[in-house]
Amino acid sequence: MEQIVIFEIEKNEKLAKDVYRMKLIGDTKNITKTGQFVNIKIEGLYLRRPISVCLAEENELTLIYKVVGKGTEKMAEMKKGEKLDILVGLGNGYDTSKSGEYPLLVGGGVGVPPLYGLCKELISMGKKPTVILGFNTADEVFLQQEFCELGAKVYVATADGSYGEKGFVTDVMIKLDYSYFYTCGPEPMFRAIEKVAKTSGQFSFEERMGCGFGACMGCSCKTKYGNKRICKDGPVLEREEIIW
Amino acid sequence: MVDTKVNLSGVELDNPVIPASGTFGYGYEFAELYDINILGSFSFKGTTLQPRFGNPTPRIAECSEGMINSVGLQNPGVDKVISEEIPKMAKCFNKPVVANVSGFSLDEYAQVVRRLDSVPQIGIFEVNISCPNVHNGGMSFGTDPKNAADVVKRVKAETNKPVYVKLTPNVTDITEIAVACEAAGADGLSLINTLLGMRIDLKTKKPVIANKMGGFSGPAIFPVALQMVYKVYEKVNIPIIGMGGISSAEDVIEMMLAGATAVEVGAANLVNPYASRDIINDLERVMKKYNIERLCDIIGGAH
Repeated sequence: MEQIVIFEIEKNEKLAKDVYRMKLIGDTKNITKTGQFVNIKIEGLYLRRPISVCLAEENELTLIYKVVGKGTEKMAEMKKGEKLDILVGLGNGYDTSKSGEYPLLVGGGVGVPPLYGLCKELISMGKKPTVILGFNTADEVFLQQEFCELGAKVYVATADGSYGEKGFVTDVMIKLDYSYFYTCGPEPMFRAIEKVAKTSGQFSFEERMGCGFGACMGCSCKTKYGNKRICKDGPVLEREEIIW
Repeated sequence: MVDTKVNLSGVELDNPVIPASGTFGYGYEFAELYDINILGSFSFKGTTLQPRFGNPTPRIAECSEGMINSVGLQNPGVDKVISEEIPKMAKCFNKPVVANVSGFSLDEYAQVVRRLDSVPQIGIFEVNISCPNVHNGGMSFGTDPKNAADVVKRVKAETNKPVYVKLTPNVTDITEIAVACEAAGADGLSLINTLLGMRIDLKTKKPVIANKMGGFSGPAIFPVALQMVYKVYEKVNIPIIGMGGISSAEDVIEMMLAGATAVEVGAANLVNPYASRDIINDLERVMKKYNIERLCDIIGGAH
C-alpha cells in the first residue's frame, strides 16, 4: 500500500495570527479516520513534519497549522500549484463509537483543527455535539463560524477575555452536561480538563516525532496499559489509560 | 541481469541492503507498506535482558541533512522479544535476520545471546557496544579495545552463529577497536553507530533532547562513515557491514568500494518508509551505469 501521496496546493491562506489553512488536492483514500495526522516532507528539512488532519474529503485534504518553527514557516510561504510529498493515514484517530448522543469537543489553539472533521462526522452520525474553542486572545480565534455552520453549538473562551467568554475552556466545561468528550490542545489544558471532566473521553496528544509511523520509538509514552507510541498507538489516548 | 548477491560469513543475502537496528522495529510496521522480503535482511530493534522504556521525551531533534535520536534502547526485553515480537516478525519476513543485542555487563550480553541463539531465523548477531544513549554500558564497551574484546569472547562462547560487532565512531582510532574485536574472534564488524551530537532550542535556550545529547545520523555523516569503513578495511580481514547516512543506491556502491560487504540503511527509513525498497529497486540501474556486473566484485575496490 503506497502511503506516500503527492498533493498539489489548491489554497494556502492566513486564518488568524500565525495560523494558516492549506487545501490540497490528492488521493485521500488512506486517511481512514478523523483525528489522524499526516507527515509532510519539506524541501531543505530532513525529518517530515507531522500535522493533524482538519478534514479529508474525496480528493481534498484540509490542514490547519500554526507557524511554530522552520517547517511551518516554509509551509506558510507555499503557493497554489506547488506540490507536497505527504505520508498519509497516520495514527489511530478518534473512536466515534463511544460518543453518546451529546458529545463535547474541546479544542485549545492549534488543537482545534482535528475536531472539525470529528464534529462533521459526529453530526453525520446523528449526534448533537457541543464545541468549546479556547484561545489566548481575540486575534487567534479561528473556525468558530465553520463549526456553527456544521450545526454544532459553539462556545469560545479567551484567556484575556477579548473575545467570547473570559477564561479557559474548563470554565465553560464545568457548566455543561455531555455524554462523552474529545479534546485536542496543549498539555496544561489537558491537565485542567482531567480535573473537571464528568465523563470518559479521548485526548489527542502531540510529541516530537522521528518517523510518524511507529518505527523509531521517538515519541513513546507510558500508559496504564503499557508503553505506547504517540504516532502509531496514538495520538488519541483514552482518559482511563493516561498517566498524568 | 546484474548479480546483487553478497555473503556475510556464510549467510547469503540476495542484495546488500539491511535496514539498521532501531529504524525498522521488527519489520511488521513496514510490512503493512510493502513486501519486506525484497530486503537482503534486516537488523531488528536492539534487545536487552530486561525490558527498557528508554529515555524521556523529546528524544528526536532535526539537523541539517540528519537527525539526533536519544531513544535509549527501548525494547520489551529478550523474553518478550522471543515470545511476542519474533513470531510476528516471522509472519512477514522469511529470510535470516540480524539480531542486534545490547548489555550493561558482560554477563548480560552473554545471557541475551544465549537466549536468542535458539531462534532459527536469526542468521547473524550484531553486538552493539556503541550505543551513545545509555549510561554504564553501551558505548563504554566500545571505546576501549580490551573491553570490546572481552564482550566478543563472552558472546562467541554462547553461539555458533556469526558474531558481528557494532562499533562507535566516538573514539580516537576506530581501527584499534576493530583489530581488537577481530583478534578476539569476531566474525565481522558493523560500522558506524551514530556520532554523539546535540541541538539547543533558541526559544527555550535549553537542549532540544531531554537527555541533552543523542546520536547523530543521516546523510550528513556519510563521509565520516565512509572514511572509517575505508580505514578499518585496510586493517582487518573480516567482513564489514557499512552504515552511516546511506540514502541511495549510489551510496551503497560507494560504501562497498570503501570496503563494506553489505550496508545498513538507518535514518532514511524514518523519512521515507519505502527507502530501503527504493534503494534495492534502483541498484540494477546504478550498477549498469557504472559497469558493475557482480556487486561482490567491487568490495574494497577503492583501495
